[in-house]
Amino acid sequence: MATNEKIHIKTTINGNPEEFLADPHVSLLDALREIVGLTGSKEGCLDGNCGACTVSVNGRIVDSCLVLAAEVDGQNVDTVEGMASADGLHPLQQAFLEEAALQCGICTPGFLVSAKGLLDNEPDPSEERIRHWLAGNLCRCTGYNNIIKAVQKAAKNL
Amino acid sequence: MVNVSDSKSYKVVGTDPIRHDGYDKVTGRAIYGADVKLPGLIWGSVLRSPHAHAVIKSIDTSSAEKMDGVFAVMTAKDFPSKDNKFGDIGEGTENLKWAQDNILASDKIQYKGQAVAAVAARDRNTADEAASKIKVVYEVLESVTNVEDATKKDAPILFKDLNGNHLGKKVKNTNVAEITRNGIGDPDKAFKEAENIVERTFTLQMVHQGYIEPHNATAHWDEEGRIRIWTSTQGAFDVRGAVTEILEMDVSRVKVTPLEIGGGFGGKIPIYLEPIASILSKKSGFRPVKLVMERTNIFQASGPAPGGTISVKMGTDKNGKIIAGESVIKLEAGGYPGAAIGAAVQCVFAPYDIPNARIDGYDVVVNKPRSFAYRAPGSPQAAFAAETVADELAKIHGMDPIEFRLLNAAKEGTRRADGVIFPKVGNIEVLEAAKASDHWKAPLGTPPKGRVRGRGLASGYWFNIGMKSTVNLQVNSDGTVALIEGSTDIGGTRTSISMQAAEILGIGVENFRPVVGDTETAGYADVTGGSRTTYATGYAAVKAAENLITVLKDRCAILWSIDEKDVDFNDGTFFATKDPELKISFKELAKKIEDTGGPAASSGSVDLESGGGAFGTHIVDVDVDLETGKTDVARYTAIQDAGTAIYPAYVKGQIAGGAVQGIGWALNEEYYMSDDGSMANTSYLDYRIPTSLDLPTIETIIVEVPNPGHPFGVRGVGEVPICPPIAAIGNALHDAVGKRFYDAPMKPGRILNVLGKIEK
Repeated sequence: MATNEKIHIKTTINGNPEEFLADPHVSLLDALREIVGLTGSKEGCLDGNCGACTVSVNGRIVDSCLVLAAEVDGQNVDTVEGMASADGLHPLQQAFLEEAALQCGICTPGFLVSAKGLLDNEPDPSEERIRHWLAGNLCRCTGYNNIIKAVQKAAKNL
Repeated sequence: MVNVSDSKSYKVVGTDPIRHDGYDKVTGRAIYGADVKLPGLIWGSVLRSPHAHAVIKSIDTSSAEKMDGVFAVMTAKDFPSKDNKFGDIGEGTENLKWAQDNILASDKIQYKGQAVAAVAARDRNTADEAASKIKVVYEVLESVTNVEDATKKDAPILFKDLNGNHLGKKVKNTNVAEITRNGIGDPDKAFKEAENIVERTFTLQMVHQGYIEPHNATAHWDEEGRIRIWTSTQGAFDVRGAVTEILEMDVSRVKVTPLEIGGGFGGKIPIYLEPIASILSKKSGFRPVKLVMERTNIFQASGPAPGGTISVKMGTDKNGKIIAGESVIKLEAGGYPGAAIGAAVQCVFAPYDIPNARIDGYDVVVNKPRSFAYRAPGSPQAAFAAETVADELAKIHGMDPIEFRLLNAAKEGTRRADGVIFPKVGNIEVLEAAKASDHWKAPLGTPPKGRVRGRGLASGYWFNIGMKSTVNLQVNSDGTVALIEGSTDIGGTRTSISMQAAEILGIGVENFRPVVGDTETAGYADVTGGSRTTYATGYAAVKAAENLITVLKDRCAILWSIDEKDVDFNDGTFFATKDPELKISFKELAKKIEDTGGPAASSGSVDLESGGGAFGTHIVDVDVDLETGKTDVARYTAIQDAGTAIYPAYVKGQIAGGAVQGIGWALNEEYYMSDDGSMANTSYLDYRIPTSLDLPTIETIIVEVPNPGHPFGVRGVGEVPICPPIAAIGNALHDAVGKRFYDAPMKPGRILNVLGKIEK
């Protein structure tokens, strides 16, 4: 059937050009994890409610389980794997380590990508603004205390 | 930090280093269960029952088998028959047929979502599609989903062949698998003498651990008949044990590699997918098969915490001293027996010295998923009941709730109704710390417009467990130490275990390279559960470090050509007792290891009968919107005895995280059941766990009353903090609105109902 033919997708992931073939129904999350091989973005719920799969598409935060891989053809995708650079960790990553902002760590990539999306546009958010922005990312371990502290610390250090 | 007893001045213990697995976890490099990649990997999918209670009449897998891209289809017939077989699959001896039917049902469905058949195919989508083509004919039965209905005379019976054990009497045709009784003194007489008696009955609903990472398993059955399993689990050795019990093979044929685990809270002790992935792998011609459970099925078909009904009656004398207690705890086990009644019984009156008490426990089967451990299983439910009644009694006596608890506090030597006599515990110290806290002394303040504010307090207890652990150490020539252990690290225990060995060896913890090994490289370790890992595996690390010092003393003797009896060690330095010139640091000695006998390694093992029980007291201010019934947490402080806090940042993290799970349980989390026995809220949208926006900063106060049963005084931390919140919030709501709450969750509709603003 024609609908089962794979789609050719040409995109930029973490600044690098990527080309791959994917079935039309494949989500961006599955394409990243199973085709491109970037498993930093996590599956938590597959219905857009936990935020563990959060990535950035053209600077906008999305749940990659709700985006089709075909939709990112020609777009820029940024994932947790692209946050650190040759200079070392991103200040958010460093702050998460220093503030003990992770316990099991499964939600951490999503929180980092979400928080970066906030700080990229708002360098000095209030605690309430941070709590509101991150409400789409669920963490079941920490109670959020240290995640909020880490984002505040990174905002100061950026 | 409150230092109750003299603690030595430690150099590593009590500090907050960067955790060893931190870099991998903030960069996305850490490999969790679902991230495993193997050559030739195919995917599995599980078909599940749409009915809550049914008999399986027939299963036709032919359409699925014929589908393009399908490699194997399986049903429970592919497992060895389990009729009348018993075995130990990690949580004690149990009926293996029930254990296996909970993985893949053979003849009967006990809850909606129960697995019935499975498929392996070239990719996940093909597997899902093939599974949906399997035709199952069911005879649907009437279902029963709560304790009250399940114990009625004409209730649908879940097990025709169940022998209920009711206080030693064998009973047939019942949903009550067991009734237990524990007691002390003469409660009937004491209640007659009591000045004041409060008796209440509470209800709670089933709740889920809500770990963000789904259950997953990848298995490869090879041509030699060996099985390799990669999974997210709280105990690799327990997975090995359970898989070999189900598949009836020797433990040496199964190797389990625990990957990073995305939360467990008790829910990743039982197995669901591993035996299925194993059989599918074999039937697919030895291809590795991966399974990941969808969120809907995690809610419907993994092991949540039981709801139920709990009655508590307490009587006081004229001075407010509790002289009598009685409790009947009925918890829903789910589809197979085994609710956490034993633990609930141990915990319900634990904070109090009650000379006369009787506690009955009921293990009731209902058509809901089989309940398993969730953080201090049974204790939060029990604490909701007992701590609400205690609050009412304090009010009757006109006493401050902390003074009331101090007057009645269990302490060293207090005998619990289940017979245990407390060793040194920190109940009083925690209450004193609560009394001295900034929160307790602070004025209530003014709530936002349209809301009323109240403050509440409650205590909780968890006994913590010991059990078996092993730690292996190996010295590297650059002065670092490889530490290999088998305890799954759910939140920083690689570091808290290493810190204890580092303290003994007198070196910084950054010199450690801790690894959580698989079942063939690590020494045996029981599950990461019961708050035991930093306590028991840490204890094993202390022993391994002490053994390593003995090994290294021998090396110094070789190096200095003296008798090893003349070598001693202190604070990271080895020295000759008879020659002050001869001394060498750990690091320098490591460089010379190759010339003084070669590799230096050691091992330490423990098998600890019990852990160090611990108490917590929580204070909460709530703001209630009188129009909508919505409750916000305005301020929250959790005070807890950690024994000794090895890694304080993560101790505080456990306390805050546990409190927040308790807040969710108190205010809105519940399995909302439809009349047909299905859970109506099977997504995170509808089963709403607390978000960052729902909470203030959770303040934490660590109290340290060292556990005499551990070299550094560790008690175990993770479970206590989920015990007090439900009652603390209920008590705060009473303070705010003047009404008592006996049913959880205390959701907006229920609050408006109690306030008389809406009908039920």
